[in-house]
Amino acid sequence: MPDINDFVLKVATVNGTGSASANTLLMKSIFRMGIPVVGKNFFPSNIQGLPTWYEIRVSREGYLCRSGRVDVMVAMNAETYAQDLAEVSPGGYLIYDATWPRSRELNRDDVTVIGIPFAQMCNEAFDTARVRILMKNIAYVGALAALLEIDLEVIRTLLAETFASKPKLVDGNMQAVRMGYDYAKEAFTCPLPLRLEPMDRTDGHVMIDGNTAAGLGCVYAGATVGAWYPITPSTSLMDAYKSFSAQLRVNPDTGEHNYCIVQAEDELAAAGMVLGANWMGARAFTPTSGPGISLMSEWIGFGYFTEIPAVLFDVQRVGPSTGMPTRTQQCDLSLCAYASHGDTKHPCLYPADPKECFELTPIAFDLAERLQTPVFVLTDLDIGMNDWMVPAFAWDDGYEPDRGKVLRAADFEKGATLHRYEDVDGDGIPWRSLPGDHAAGAFFTRGSGHDAKARYTEDADEYEALMERLAKKWETAKDLVPGPVFDEAPNREFAIVAIGSSDGAVREALDRLSGDGIGLNYMRLRAFPFNAEVDAFLARHERIFVVEQNRDAQLRTLLVNETSCPKEKLIPVRHYNGMPIDSDGLVAAVRDALVEVAAA
Amino acid sequence: MSFIRKPSVNHSQAPTNRVGLRRRDYEGGMSTLCAGCGHDSITAAFVQAFWELNVEPHRVAKMSGIGCSSKTPAYFLSQAHGINTVHGRMPSIATGAGAANRDMYFVGVSGDGDSLSIGLGQFAHAIRRNLDMLYVIENNGVYGLTKGQFSASADIGSKSKRGEANQQRPIDPVALGINLGATFVARSFSGDKAQLVPLIKAGLSHRGFSLIDVMSPCVTFNDHEDSTKSYAYTRQFYHPAIHTDFIPAYDPIEADGGGGEAIRVDLHDGTHLMLKAVSDDYDPTDRGGAFRYVTEHRSRGQVVTGLLYLNEEKEDMHAQNRTSQRPLRDLGYDKLNPGSEALGKILSRYR
Repeated sequence: MPDINDFVLKVATVNGTGSASANTLLMKSIFRMGIPVVGKNFFPSNIQGLPTWYEIRVSREGYLCRSGRVDVMVAMNAETYAQDLAEVSPGGYLIYDATWPRSRELNRDDVTVIGIPFAQMCNEAFDTARVRILMKNIAYVGALAALLEIDLEVIRTLLAETFASKPKLVDGNMQAVRMGYDYAKEAFTCPLPLRLEPMDRTDGHVMIDGNTAAGLGCVYAGATVGAWYPITPSTSLMDAYKSFSAQLRVNPDTGEHNYCIVQAEDELAAAGMVLGANWMGARAFTPTSGPGISLMSEWIGFGYFTEIPAVLFDVQRVGPSTGMPTRTQQCDLSLCAYASHGDTKHPCLYPADPKECFELTPIAFDLAERLQTPVFVLTDLDIGMNDWMVPAFAWDDGYEPDRGKVLRAADFEKGATLHRYEDVDGDGIPWRSLPGDHAAGAFFTRGSGHDAKARYTEDADEYEALMERLAKKWETAKDLVPGPVFDEAPNREFAIVAIGSSDGAVREALDRLSGDGIGLNYMRLRAFPFNAEVDAFLARHERIFVVEQNRDAQLRTLLVNETSCPKEKLIPVRHYNGMPIDSDGLVAAVRDALVEVAAA
Repeated sequence: MSFIRKPSVNHSQAPTNRVGLRRRDYEGGMSTLCAGCGHDSITAAFVQAFWELNVEPHRVAKMSGIGCSSKTPAYFLSQAHGINTVHGRMPSIATGAGAANRDMYFVGVSGDGDSLSIGLGQFAHAIRRNLDMLYVIENNGVYGLTKGQFSASADIGSKSKRGEANQQRPIDPVALGINLGATFVARSFSGDKAQLVPLIKAGLSHRGFSLIDVMSPCVTFNDHEDSTKSYAYTRQFYHPAIHTDFIPAYDPIEADGGGGEAIRVDLHDGTHLMLKAVSDDYDPTDRGGAFRYVTEHRSRGQVVTGLLYLNEEKEDMHAQNRTSQRPLRDLGYDKLNPGSEALGKILSRYR
């Protein structure tokens, strides 16, 4: 049941009206009051005019997934009014713009309706049409400040930070805040029972999205070349890399850039550029989404077979095809694991939140160079584009990039010999050299059949030997990729396995089920291929619920393919409607699955 | 069986260039193309040009796509790194490699199928970026490895070996290159090494995208009587518009005694070109005029050759990006890592 510091607030507005700023202000105010909070943006693939929603969950316990409830709805969009009212949980509140009459037919007895004439107030107070529209959104922030007890000083401070260079705007915005605030104070009993109370649970935390964190991670990883083709929801990753590079990577004396960003003509070109730069010995990456991976597939096989490093971010969105570009899914797990024709497989990392987006990015570059192969970082729209509350991440100043096995000019001067595709060290990973370094390191890279000395071949034995060595390298990869995170108690028969953005909902579901006496163990996978720990965990449980956000249980398929676990033990629990997975739904789905298991 | 090593012959008497290398040091593996293939003559021209340019082979990156032409980088400069990429996508490898290391010679070898059909998009966008590379199209109007289909450069009415006539309009890489803003556009013929070698040297010295479209007859599938890409046809309709002399930085500049006005162009690397119109007062710095001349002569069936357009002013990709003069791939991690303190400051903005 909703309570103080424990409820869901949802705002329904129209795309392109400036509501994003108002919603960020709202969420950040709560965060600054020390109360755990998370915001999810449900936006259309549109620039202006279509409905958009912002859902803010306040959770004193610190649960960061969607809960599945809506306790307070701010219905600012007449077009979606009926739907928005219907969505309010029993006992909840609906705030609407009372400038215009509201349809009585849509009444609900179990919802308290609060009408505030936002448009009328703003039309009277502000001059231009654009300002009136923008301020209407700021005014609902003010009304909510009164109804929920948000500290007005916190709001003013945030506005002052946002408009540091335009102080006049602070006053205009505060005027709108006050209008909403004063009206609510006067007309209604404030605060509502579902109110906010300052806490100290956000100290040491930041609110950041995964694309920003991953872009920052690329800067810290030492990436110098970024090639990309814009695609939702990955675009802001390169925006972040660009903006952080402009701050951190420009030589102050010469103005020279210690980075190069190329906006490619398509994703095929972006992937080729990344491979070209890595072939040359720079750390290079591309951010994209599912359709981009489809286009890059030929290159990914080239990278695998020629053994060139690359880092590819797949910020997953709903497929298949164009799908729903502004909705989230974990639907490219199989695609990335086995992208391209022929026998290919690729290491994949699965960060669960923006903090891990930052932390796993240098690891992705290290793995790509250590293993000399393309490495994927799979996030999704939920992680990539929503603001998450995460502990502030740190940087280890002792970090040195792992550039892998590379012979440089100095090595050749000392008499080193390159055996480009020979397994000199017995781990399946050969040595490489870089163009431009030394004549003794020269070799010919080709996607066609090649022998251990990189020469063209169509010889059956030489081809097989190469493929076997690549398989051996894959075995080596298992112990190099980050292992799973376990949450385990002894003597439990059942467990959950999940990846990425499902983590928040799984953790909350585990707590709730545990409260009801159902104890489940948990393994969150952070990478593919799976190491021996994964197999062992699956082996010591009777049934494992594989929670994932796609229709076809792709994670389960990977587990069936790549571990020794009998597939009967792996029970799919799927959520794939494009909305981030919610804890209410997950608890219900796991309960259903438990009933089915018991009946079987 | 699939790789043929060249027999090692003692060439100790052969002359060395200014970096102490013999011509033989610029060769590669044995060609596996058909006897008489135009591409092998172009390979020989590369060997000659690099040797004469005194380039250390390992300072060169050789790149190609897929097709007969794309095999040729294996046949020259065995002491240089090479990369045989995927079909039509060599320009993107060149872009990434060039982004990572601006301090090398980049040479891409492609064909008419690789550049004008599957790779037309990447070809066009490498030109738009003014990527600093030499891009050679070995143009024979036909797909060789798949046995004789027309390519996008085949002329209307030109007949295949089986007698079918091509009906679709050809794409002329030279007209396209000028149109897209390429800063160095040339055409030559595999059978005219005297013209091709200085063009290759000039193209390597030019900072920006240098395109050379080289007519290179396919002896197996497109050298018959009704083909417009045969040796005989090319020789008959070959129309040099401009003569190019390449003058290395260390040589004094002397006017050629051949008569006529020569234009001197200074390239960024200290070398010079002396350009002299062979016909019709051709001006290779006039983009509109060059386009008109090439297309008008083309409609008369003539193959205009020479350095047809040159622009030394336009900024290349790195100048536009303000990239560090020191190659990005050579920057130490200490230059790239902002450190923990900077991270703390950044994250304070996300409070």
